[in-house]
Amino acid sequence: MSDKHSQHKSRYTVDRQIPGAFDGETVTRRRFMTVGSQAAGGIAAASFLLPALGFAIGPIFKEAPHDWESVGPTDMFPDNNYVPTVVTLTPGVGEAGKTTVYVRKRNASIDTDKSDKNSLFIAISSRCAHLGCPVRWVDAAERFICPCHGGVYDLLGRRVGGPPVRPLDRFYTRVARGEVQIGPRYSVNSELERFSPRDPGEPIDGIGQYMYPSRPSARK
Amino acid sequence: MARAPKLPAPPMPAALKAPPPRPGEANGKLTPADHAKEAGASVVDWVDERTSLSGAARWLMFRKVPKGTNWFYTLGSATMFAFLSQAVTGVFLAMFYRPDPSGGAYESIRHVTNEVFLGQFVRGMHKWGSSVMVILVFLHMGRTFFFGAYKYPRELNWVIGVVLLILTMTMSFTGYLLPFDQRAYWATIVGVNINGTGPLLGPYLSDFLRGGPEFGAVTLSRFYAIHMLLVPGLLAALIGAHLYLVAKLGTTAPPWLKADKKAELREAEA
Repeated sequence: MSDKHSQHKSRYTVDRQIPGAFDGETVTRRRFMTVGSQAAGGIAAASFLLPALGFAIGPIFKEAPHDWESVGPTDMFPDNNYVPTVVTLTPGVGEAGKTTVYVRKRNASIDTDKSDKNSLFIAISSRCAHLGCPVRWVDAAERFICPCHGGVYDLLGRRVGGPPVRPLDRFYTRVARGEVQIGPRYSVNSELERFSPRDPGEPIDGIGQYMYPSRPSARK
Repeated sequence: MARAPKLPAPPMPAALKAPPPRPGEANGKLTPADHAKEAGASVVDWVDERTSLSGAARWLMFRKVPKGTNWFYTLGSATMFAFLSQAVTGVFLAMFYRPDPSGGAYESIRHVTNEVFLGQFVRGMHKWGSSVMVILVFLHMGRTFFFGAYKYPRELNWVIGVVLLILTMTMSFTGYLLPFDQRAYWATIVGVNINGTGPLLGPYLSDFLRGGPEFGAVTLSRFYAIHMLLVPGLLAALIGAHLYLVAKLGTTAPPWLKADKKAELREAEA
């Protein structure tokens, strides 16, 4: 007992007066076996738990592939109204993988966002920026209107009413062999500056772009 | 302890009285009929001799309960039976269900509902039973709260109960997608996006739930696996822990019941 309170405890089990201690050993056989079998159990459990965990959360880190998809000839799309087109975001799951994209030709008198070869045509996602319901373009009102919680957007996809936290997402477009093609999705803030795609409900103005960071699965 | 007096046997018509043993029959030898009568008891004895289960069963079931125990105390076991009903109907629904997002899932549910014998009934039990279970969970939680049954030493059981509530809501959320009709699809889109609105981790959580940045081929099978394997296992294990603590700690008396005063204290007051 007095050993326990002494300043310098010996490394040797014999000096610590542990029953059954052998000369020269620093760890008793009982302690060695206890730690050894617990370590073996831990390694065995980790050898299936860690791969299973990695398997489950792997998709978070994998960038989803995306293709360019033709939606029609360039003269099909006016510059003052939208044409609804259907593209496949996820192949192999039938209707569930498709979405509606509203497309029109770029109009220099109303479109103020960055102009480059990927925005000769404006492609607006029908996915509401509130919680992801499908918005529709109402021609008479010149508004995108969401049926779920009453989100309303103007011709450029900017929020004019309801709960959405940012404008409607857009898709990159390009022209190939006279056809308009729809590419990957990107999100825009209220100034229509481009950001990597965010999920609905995630604001990207101000501090929002840091609170809802870009994900490895969907880069710009 | 003195043996309690035995109740007198009720009067029986002569025809129903057991006949007295005939001479030669009661000399310790058992006929095959006697063996057959004893078969049940001897099987139980055989198991009990090797497992000592009867002690555990007595410990679990023959407990002292406080005065004033009333119907509100049955809400917990009602919730457990709702869970058992969900588990049994779910296992049999899984025999027909196909988690195939390109039409197979909806078709298999339609097949169960319209063509399988008793399919509409069993699916209805699972569908409506899920709402019943959520309602019962909240009633049980309310009973525990208003009766003060979460206080020392039962705090851990309250914590386990809250985890069970969260797991029950997870079951409701993941089960809602499985019929794969328009309502299921859009409700899941909205639900996953609500998860995504949590700051910093939200976007990764919704990627995890969908198995990617968009609703895809693995989303339905992910929800199906979570719904029928992952969460039910956790639920069953935690219900076991919940029940163990109930048996171990006992139930509380209702708050309107005053503790019995000691006889001498009553006398002193008088």
